[in-house]
Amino acid sequence: MINFQQVSKTYPGGHRALEKVSFHIKPGELAFLTGHSGAGKSTLLKLISLMERPSAGQVLINGVDLNAVKSRQVPYIRRDIGIIFQNHRLLERYSVFDNVALPLVIEGTHHKQIAKRVHGALDKVGLLDKAKCSPATLSGGEQQRVGIARAIVNSPPILLADEPTGNLDPELSMDILRLFEDFNHHGTTVLIATHDIGLIARMRYRSLTLKDGRMIQDPLAEETL
Amino acid sequence: MSLLFKSRSSQTEGQQKSLFASPYFFIMNLIRQGVHSLGEMWRTPLASLMTIAVLGLSLTLPATLYLVVKNVSQVSSGFEDAAEISLFVKESMTQQQTQTLVKRLALYPEIDKVEFISKGDALTEFKQVSGFGQALEYLDANPLPDVVIVTPTIRHRQPNAAEQLLKKLEAEREVDFGKLDIAWLERLNALLSLLKESVITIALLLLTSVTLIIGNTIRLSIMDKKEEIQVMKLVGATNTFIHAPFLWTGVWYGIIGGLFSFICVALMMWWLGSAVSEVAGVYETSFDLIGLTMSEFGVLVALATALGFVGSYLSVSRYIKEIEPDKV
Repeated sequence: MINFQQVSKTYPGGHRALEKVSFHIKPGELAFLTGHSGAGKSTLLKLISLMERPSAGQVLINGVDLNAVKSRQVPYIRRDIGIIFQNHRLLERYSVFDNVALPLVIEGTHHKQIAKRVHGALDKVGLLDKAKCSPATLSGGEQQRVGIARAIVNSPPILLADEPTGNLDPELSMDILRLFEDFNHHGTTVLIATHDIGLIARMRYRSLTLKDGRMIQDPLAEETL
Repeated sequence: MSLLFKSRSSQTEGQQKSLFASPYFFIMNLIRQGVHSLGEMWRTPLASLMTIAVLGLSLTLPATLYLVVKNVSQVSSGFEDAAEISLFVKESMTQQQTQTLVKRLALYPEIDKVEFISKGDALTEFKQVSGFGQALEYLDANPLPDVVIVTPTIRHRQPNAAEQLLKKLEAEREVDFGKLDIAWLERLNALLSLLKESVITIALLLLTSVTLIIGNTIRLSIMDKKEEIQVMKLVGATNTFIHAPFLWTGVWYGIIGGLFSFICVALMMWWLGSAVSEVAGVYETSFDLIGLTMSEFGVLVALATALGFVGSYLSVSRYIKEIEPDKV
């Protein structure tokens, strides 16, 4: 599903964020991406969501080479990928409902469909009663869950999360991870970047570890060796 | 349209096709976007009003200048009888000879109208108008000649044609000499065309400034919504989708600014109307200011709308491209 082949990324100015990273995440897999801050986790996610382009190597999603994707096609690629951010990135001017509805509005979905799907997504994250609230009035955990609802509202096949539990206490973090597990059980491929090692240890999932831009630990790769 | 997963969301895709296939839904969608962006402007009423006022006033100036030209043209068209030719009849002619001259002149194809003023009538009028009434009593005989006033047809009113006609008329046996005062008419026409030219230049400058004002306002609004644009791009919004509300805002600025300037012009006409008729009263004529007609009003608003679109398009195509969701 997500296939990196010898991917390197050097930023203008010479900072080398990723160096010859290769891995393959299968459809329906849930994997963690760990490493210290600055190890290249965010860069790796940006390459998948086409916020950055690799300096060398190939990123393939479902067999499609992202190097071949033109910039005007980028929006359509992003509609297949749900992204969750550490700082939520919610629009304060709009209600929770409107925030979650955004991806559907962009796709031109009929408004009746929008209402149905947004309520479904909010129900899944347990915030159905907050639909009319402004995001600013919600707690950190609730805001994060609104961000998750927005990412899954158009049921994308791939879900990326960048430090989704970064600002949350362990109990809330666990709740969030349960949500990801739930989506994964429904067939979504999930990749979660986090530096919260304790959290990963309690769950038995594959974890990819980056250090200074290199992949130093990939259990699956080791198995095949 | 899923590029990565061919089988995905075929349902929404079918829906989208029908959405674009039906002009009804397309227009409804357009109207909805328009109403929405009008609501967005209403969120910051003071800022929007100030922009609209600036635009309105910038449009009022060219509209006013246009009206000045229009009214002056109207006044000068009242002077068309200035293209009259006065023919002074020889003193030796009898009344009958003069009458045949008048009849003959009326048959000229170049001549529209012939008016005969006898020396007696001329003296009476001169006594009334000049104020020399009593002094004229002392004259033994009437010193004034008979005059035939000839109005050429419209085709022969141009300076050259009128001059030729004058030469032809002067060749008539009964005519002493003719007089055609066209120099001042030429000067007036030259002044009028100079005025028109300068109005066009000033109007062009002001319309450019309207475009730039709208462009800059939209640019600021884009900068203000940078975060929002980044998020929209992250969840898969195309540039067209992000452009739409900004283009609408520009169009609304144009429409409302145009209406505003129309109101300004109408108020000004109403204000000046009484002053102008007072001046006209002093000159013992009546003169009514002409305002904007409905079609001119339509042109004004359409022009403002077009400028709004162009201004916002310039900003949108330039600045939205630059906003990319780099920092996560």
